[in-house]
Amino acid sequence: MTSTAKAVSLHLCIIVVLFALNFLLPEYHRGILSRVMVLSVFAMGYNLAFGYAGLLSLGHAMFFAAGLYGAGLTIYHLGWSAWPALAAGLGAGAILALVAGFLALRTRGVAFMIVTLMFAQAFYLATLYFTTYTRGEEGLVLPQSARNLSFPGANLDPTVPATRYMLALALLTVILFLLLFLVRSSFGRALVAVRENEERMRMLGYDVFANKLAALVVSGVICAAAGAAYAILFGYAGAGFASIQYSILPLLWVLLGGAATTLGPIVGTLFMFYAVDVTSSYTNAYMLVVGIALILLVLYFPKGIAGAVRARWLPWLP
Amino acid sequence: MAFGPYLLLAGLEGLVTAAVLALMALGLSLVFGVMRVVNVAHGEFYMLGAVLAWWFASLVSGHPALGFLLALIASPMVVAAIAFAADRLVLRRLNYEPEATIVATIGLLYIIQQLALTFFGPEARPVQPPFDMRLSLPWFGYSAYKLAVIAASACLILATWIMLTRTRAGLLMRATQSDRETAQAFGIPVDRVYAGVFALGAGLAALAAVLIVPIQQAHYLMGQDPLLLSFIVVIIGGLGSLRGTVVAALLIGLSDGIISMFFSPTLAKMLATLLVALVLVFRPQGLFGTAAR
Amino acid sequence: MADHRKAGELTRRTALGVLGTAAGLAAAPGFIRYAQSQSSAPIKIGFQCHRTGIGAAYGRWYERVTNATVKLINNAGGINGRPVEIVTEDDGTDPKRGSEVIEKFANQHKVDLIYGTLFSHVVVGSAPIVGELKIPYYVVSEGYHVASGKLNRYCIQPGITDVKAQVRSVAPWIAQNLGKKVTLIFPDYAFGHDHRDFFEPAIRSQGGEVVAKVAIPPTETSFTRYFPQIPRDTDVIYHVMVGPAVLTFVKELGEFFGSSGPRLFGFIDSLESVALDSPGLEFLEGSHFWEGMPRYAQPDQPDYVTFYREAVGLDENGASTQDSKDVSAAAHMFGCWETLYVIKAAMEASGYQGPQDRAKLIEATEAMTDMEAGREHPQGKKLFNGKIHQVFGEQYISQVKDRKLEVVHRTSIEDGLYEPEGDYTAMPF
Repeated sequence: MTSTAKAVSLHLCIIVVLFALNFLLPEYHRGILSRVMVLSVFAMGYNLAFGYAGLLSLGHAMFFAAGLYGAGLTIYHLGWSAWPALAAGLGAGAILALVAGFLALRTRGVAFMIVTLMFAQAFYLATLYFTTYTRGEEGLVLPQSARNLSFPGANLDPTVPATRYMLALALLTVILFLLLFLVRSSFGRALVAVRENEERMRMLGYDVFANKLAALVVSGVICAAAGAAYAILFGYAGAGFASIQYSILPLLWVLLGGAATTLGPIVGTLFMFYAVDVTSSYTNAYMLVVGIALILLVLYFPKGIAGAVRARWLPWLP
Repeated sequence: MAFGPYLLLAGLEGLVTAAVLALMALGLSLVFGVMRVVNVAHGEFYMLGAVLAWWFASLVSGHPALGFLLALIASPMVVAAIAFAADRLVLRRLNYEPEATIVATIGLLYIIQQLALTFFGPEARPVQPPFDMRLSLPWFGYSAYKLAVIAASACLILATWIMLTRTRAGLLMRATQSDRETAQAFGIPVDRVYAGVFALGAGLAALAAVLIVPIQQAHYLMGQDPLLLSFIVVIIGGLGSLRGTVVAALLIGLSDGIISMFFSPTLAKMLATLLVALVLVFRPQGLFGTAAR
Repeated sequence: MADHRKAGELTRRTALGVLGTAAGLAAAPGFIRYAQSQSSAPIKIGFQCHRTGIGAAYGRWYERVTNATVKLINNAGGINGRPVEIVTEDDGTDPKRGSEVIEKFANQHKVDLIYGTLFSHVVVGSAPIVGELKIPYYVVSEGYHVASGKLNRYCIQPGITDVKAQVRSVAPWIAQNLGKKVTLIFPDYAFGHDHRDFFEPAIRSQGGEVVAKVAIPPTETSFTRYFPQIPRDTDVIYHVMVGPAVLTFVKELGEFFGSSGPRLFGFIDSLESVALDSPGLEFLEGSHFWEGMPRYAQPDQPDYVTFYREAVGLDENGASTQDSKDVSAAAHMFGCWETLYVIKAAMEASGYQGPQDRAKLIEATEAMTDMEAGREHPQGKKLFNGKIHQVFGEQYISQVKDRKLEVVHRTSIEDGLYEPEGDYTAMPF
């Protein structure tokens, strides 16, 4: 089997397993997995910018929040239905990524990190400044009826857990295969090359700025998709999602799972969810346990879980 | 209140903020500059400094100045020791690889925060200032202790500068910062310098916290916002430049207060944040930094 | 929940044995089965507790009061002859974690209902999932969110009054006793905006006016630079700063004004779990506070209040009997006690037997009106409005005398009433 065929079949297997789990998992864990799938899409968007293009951004919360509020505000205040709201979320993410990227990509490395952090902070403060519309940190509850997604022939209600799981899975599948295709395409390879040696790529005639900007915009749109999906599937939009915590979390998930791997973000998100959930059943001091787990993981699996797997056993893993 | 006194007040408040911020950012700048690592747990060292200051002060009864003095000396030393241990046990084993260090310091952040929550508690606890004097100006009253903080911070920054430029230890640090490989070739024990710098950085953050804790309170979540501000100061000031750090701390400390005189505070914070970002966009090496990193 | 179960449930269970990891997960804590008959199986209440995060200081006391109340209820025979069991989960005072914890309660711990949340953003963040899972959510939050009609029929607040009523209740007394020109100092987010938006019309109807509104951005740690915005002709400063920085706020207020300055009226929310004799709080002497329930033992307090204070472990200064430095969140935690007794009363009135009766439980609660002051309602008498799922009660206004709080006025229920803005009883379950 060629490595492409292997990669595609692995990804298909994973989707099939996730599909089957909808029927096999107990209710609670199915609920967790629905959330993990949507948040892994967020991590996957971040992975494109950080893992593949090497752009260490600390501001991706603003893209997630742009999608969240793009969908949330249009549903709540303008009475839009789910599909247009989703489009609004995606559009908001795209525009924000374009503007932020255009400015921020003039910098590199540590300065880029701070600039993205500052943009995200300004966005967070804006969500609080407009508390009249966003209800700030308290947030908005989206009416159940407005969250229905209409398909030809059927109306899918995300308040039904099984439907929500399937919708999350659908989103994950689309983005996963989109990214699989992207990273194996010449664009993806160019991004990795830029990450490794920017000067050389410039000398070879590549428009480095355009490549990075494209990566950031695609990344922003994917994160916004996750945000809009979160609003529609879980019915809540609040300023907390724009705070710095949600810029650090995708970084954590990607690093844990394995940066620059397609499956790494899913693994990392899943691991962190269960690390917190399981330890909080046993002890009040679950943060302590999670902190120790992180340090141990980074000492012994510095490439992340999927990264280590790729390095030691499966070199064809994308 | 008339504009003049208002400006004076905003200025004084800005100086206090700048004083504490400069110390904390200095610690971060050293770590960043010499070791080239992002220490996400720097804010937690700051918080530990405040929490330990409360504990040391509570050991001593009698005049609050005694407890405060004990805290001023002991707290940064304990925090520096903890940072030293963290460097030896964790960061050195990771070979200071940037991404791994970020994850490791996030883990450290969780651990320190949880330990503070468990042993210190969730509530905010005050520490008595060493002296309680109120200066009565014609337009408003002002705490004399705050003025003392400004003076103390200036002295400590001066002391750090002297240490960096006039002592052998400082020379080793600056050499390692300039070029790690060449420093090693000259026989400088780079690993030990790194451990020392990490400890010094943490100690400076703790010192800043001990100074501020009689004004604010010790609380287990207090490290989060100062961390953000310190990063900004370090980058704007320029990596590896002590002068840049101090100037940037002054600028940011003063501007925050003065901008908020004219705009609604949240809007002022938003504008200040965007301003910082734009400064970096158009001058990525910061105000005094050397070539872009 | 019943509508989501599929016919193939037995096949699911057998399939679990195949998936090793899934089996391991299924054995995770929370799956307790009782061999006894259904009728003496405990009633499980999921307590969404702020054990970590910014609400941790409140969460600790909420937990103590909850445990004390449940002990009393169980010693008296439980509810409908069944013991009450509290299952506690930490929500980290975070809306995302809060909504995950709701799912954990409903789907893993399989509780009968969920209760005990304080911070508004967690309540609002959890509301959607509560509505989808159709599980009763008895919050102890004092936010206006439930009463606004914007949540769903499963969200209910029968044990603690809401901020709109509280703010409206104190306006008459302020206008009559402290002054008519008020400057508001409040945090610049939803919680603070509520105070601003509810107080201004209330003081205006008393012939007063708000002369300045000073919004302080979130996480501000130093306040002196905002004080110049307070106009010279202010009679009263109304302050509701919350968070760890409040001690700084009071201290700096004192440093700025010295011995001259406007009168102060604050909400004790600022100083819950903070000792009033802390250094720096001297400036509060003589000023007034809204209290949900008095922190300090009052000389004329009824027997049932003494009983309540003893049961939850409060000394006469409102601190823990185990540790006099551990100051309680007295103005809010009574809500846990009263809410649990309301749940008991509603379960008895509806003949609650299990999750299939959840809608009946809500309806029984909606039917409640007057609640007499007494052992079940030590804070004072209450009036419940079933349409907006919110209870109304008396508020306390206290003055700081010799570093302690002494009640000087009790507002009436009518002082705080307002026009309802929604009707949950018209919504389907």
